[in-house]
Amino acid sequence: MTASHEDERPLLRVRGLTVAFPTAAGATEVVKSLDFDLARGGALGIVGESGSGKSMTSLAIMGLLPKGAERTGSIEFDGAELTALKEREMQAVRGDRIAMVFQDPLSSLNPYYTVGTQIAEAYRSHRTGVTRRQARRVAIEAMERVHIRDAARRVDHYPHQFSGGMRQRVMIAMTLSMEPDLIIADEPTTALDVTVQAQILDLLAEIRRDTGAGLILITHDLAVVSEVADHLVVMREGDLVEQGTAERVFCDPREPYTRMLLDAVPRIDDEIGLLKTTTAEEDR
Amino acid sequence: MSDAAEPLLRATRLVKEFNVHGGGLLGRTAKLRAVDDVSLEVRAGETLALVGESGSGKSTTARLVARLVDLTSGDIEFAGRPVHALTGKALHAYRSEVQMVFQDPYSSLNPKHSVERIVTAPLVYQKRPVPGGARAFTKALMERVGLNPDHSARFPAQFSGGQAQRIGIARALAVAPKLIIADEAVSALDVSVQAQVINLLRRLQDEEGFSYLFIAHDLAVVRQIATRVAVMSEGRIVETGDRDQVFEEPRDPYTRKLLAAVPRIRPEWDAARRRNEAARLERERQEADR
Amino acid sequence: MIRVLVNRLLGMAVVLFLVCAFTYVIFFVLSPDPAVQICGKNCTPEAIDQIRANLGLDQPFWTQFWTFLGGLFAGRTYGTGANAIECVAPCLGYSFQSSQPVTDMILQRLPVSVTVAVGAAVLWLLAGVSAGLVSAVREGRFADRFIAGLTLTGMSVPNYVLALSLQFLLVVTLGWLPFPQAVAFGDDPGQWFANFLMPWIVLSIGAAAVYTRLTRANVIETLQENYVRTARAKGLSPGLVWRRHALRPALTPIVTIFGMDFAGLLGGALITETVFGLNGVGKLAADSITKNDQPVIMGVTLLAAFLVVVGNMVVDLLYTAIDPRVRVGSSA
Repeated sequence: MTASHEDERPLLRVRGLTVAFPTAAGATEVVKSLDFDLARGGALGIVGESGSGKSMTSLAIMGLLPKGAERTGSIEFDGAELTALKEREMQAVRGDRIAMVFQDPLSSLNPYYTVGTQIAEAYRSHRTGVTRRQARRVAIEAMERVHIRDAARRVDHYPHQFSGGMRQRVMIAMTLSMEPDLIIADEPTTALDVTVQAQILDLLAEIRRDTGAGLILITHDLAVVSEVADHLVVMREGDLVEQGTAERVFCDPREPYTRMLLDAVPRIDDEIGLLKTTTAEEDR
Repeated sequence: MSDAAEPLLRATRLVKEFNVHGGGLLGRTAKLRAVDDVSLEVRAGETLALVGESGSGKSTTARLVARLVDLTSGDIEFAGRPVHALTGKALHAYRSEVQMVFQDPYSSLNPKHSVERIVTAPLVYQKRPVPGGARAFTKALMERVGLNPDHSARFPAQFSGGQAQRIGIARALAVAPKLIIADEAVSALDVSVQAQVINLLRRLQDEEGFSYLFIAHDLAVVRQIATRVAVMSEGRIVETGDRDQVFEEPRDPYTRKLLAAVPRIRPEWDAARRRNEAARLERERQEADR
Repeated sequence: MIRVLVNRLLGMAVVLFLVCAFTYVIFFVLSPDPAVQICGKNCTPEAIDQIRANLGLDQPFWTQFWTFLGGLFAGRTYGTGANAIECVAPCLGYSFQSSQPVTDMILQRLPVSVTVAVGAAVLWLLAGVSAGLVSAVREGRFADRFIAGLTLTGMSVPNYVLALSLQFLLVVTLGWLPFPQAVAFGDDPGQWFANFLMPWIVLSIGAAAVYTRLTRANVIETLQENYVRTARAKGLSPGLVWRRHALRPALTPIVTIFGMDFAGLLGGALITETVFGLNGVGKLAADSITKNDQPVIMGVTLLAAFLVVVGNMVVDLLYTAIDPRVRVGSSA
């Protein structure tokens, strides 16, 4: 395993990360010079409203930006500079060391293949000499770890035969088969019902506990992030507004935007917060 | 006006069955009960929130009440008269007393029509005169929903999501309805915009005295706006009660499960934030005084 | 699965019955009296009545229709006594102009039409799908725009213009291809192939253009799918992402449309066969129209309708086999 001095180095170290789309009128920057770290085994929440650039940040780390996007800056993962890797080398990192869970589990799974095939696919492509039988075994084990009952039978089912929450479990099982060091979850519960959301968040917490994997949770939901993350990055229109420990940001937000966001979140336990924004009720 | 005992809307034992066709000539037709024996009341000037998870039948119930979907069985009484069997002109008249605001403002507003045309359309369809002329009427409405009245000639795509939802609200207000059915009306909005629109909805109700049937899956939002809450699950209402009773002393196990699942910002963090906020304001005041 | 199949077959039977009835009404009720035509110029009312009786035209419509349907399944006999003409099942009618059962006339010409259709289909499928793939991969670049230009031309030039100009260019002016002659494949494969080459090209160009566009659009759309992003996020190689996650969903709809188009083509490539003098079902239809040989026109129409309906069913079943969302119902 890694030596102790290495353990103090962050798992992920992002410096000056910028994502820009060239347009006729010059480049439009959707992520502007981002700096943040993720400790080993840590959980970082990236929070922002639509257009904040939070999803682009995750795609930039994965090297999966849409065509035409330009990425600059440094992304150091476990000591290796990801931006310097060739596409083939990056493929070896994706899925194996950094895995990703997306928002809409139905459209993120291919309707033409069984979930078992799709879970095993990553395993077979990253490990050489894996037989079909072994890969299937791995898929069943991964499904059992995300608490899908009757996994040995369900492994041969297609995505549309699962409920929304079960599909998201399948997505998570897909990342687990590889034992990644970092899981990036982009709005993993936004498309789900609240009771299912709670189960998926519990599952993510359980996986972190069991595997020690780091987690980046991208979300618009401050309540969700407060239950999951130990560190927080608040983004707005591509800028990093504020970062710190979750407790510090929630208890003592320093930036007006963060304060406004926290005020605006409807609380289920009382009516505070909302009234304040009445004064700010003009067009943006 | 009806007296206090008589609700604005009373829906009794609503049932909606959908046929699920098996396909082909011999395919068996199964019946799916989307709404199963639902009774509810909306009182004048109050907000009844209908909450539930996806597939609970809350949206179908809203459409039944609005008479946008035909009932399988059940009675609906609006302002003391039965409306479940209305057809033709009478149905049109009812639909103007009950207005809907939908989740996605862009898809529920015609992209090729200006705000003025959208907002006055309900009146024009019913061949009713537009009070004070279309332009002035639109501007007044836009002002009431917090939009810049100078933008009355613009098209939906020129507005942000929150602003577009305000146009949807303005359209609903145009016919001075007694009941507005808001179907996930703030669900797609960013949290800062959502708060503004919730405040707008509350303010308009205070000013006009109409009622809301507020359909939502987000319980935290419901807490901000509801007078009473009805919880739906699998086509049935499992619990109805005053807002604080439902949130603080839920009786039904499903309601309890639902409430427990809602993610929360830790209350102690919120408390600390309020203390810090007060201290900060105090510091700023002292600095200003000096 | 078996229930689905039985369901489909029953549905198909109903559609075919309706097609039969509809065609029958059009040709035997709404058209001029066939007896008058058969009788010719020197005709007496008695002769017409005689023909009517022979053909069963004096019977009420429903009786006629049932006789016709019966002929389809069990064969029938036209006339009585020494003049009786046997028409074996499936009897599509009897052409008095050519003195032949319609079924025989069609069967004689079917091999040519099948050859034309199969060749054209293979050609357009290969050309269309590969051009579409190239276009999708090179989206926005030169190859894509070049292919877009070609497809536009292919779609806008009418078949007969293309047929005539190709024939003029390749046979008359350049002399690259021999003048078409009727030969069997076994006698002179070279000449046989040369005969069919032009009809194949002509028939496939329009469809190839459509398939190119379809393939391109499907592939580009599929590449935008979230599951393709998932596949990439799993670290699969671009080749694997392409083969497994992009191609299969993109090409599935093409397989299904292909079935329909192919069936339509079998029913007779009217213009192309006529222009190239190929003695296929399409030519038979064209000739019968000029001669007003109604039983034949109806026979060909019925065959075409039958093929389209059957093609439709094959496509449905194929789709069921290919797409798991249709094959296995959701159990969750």
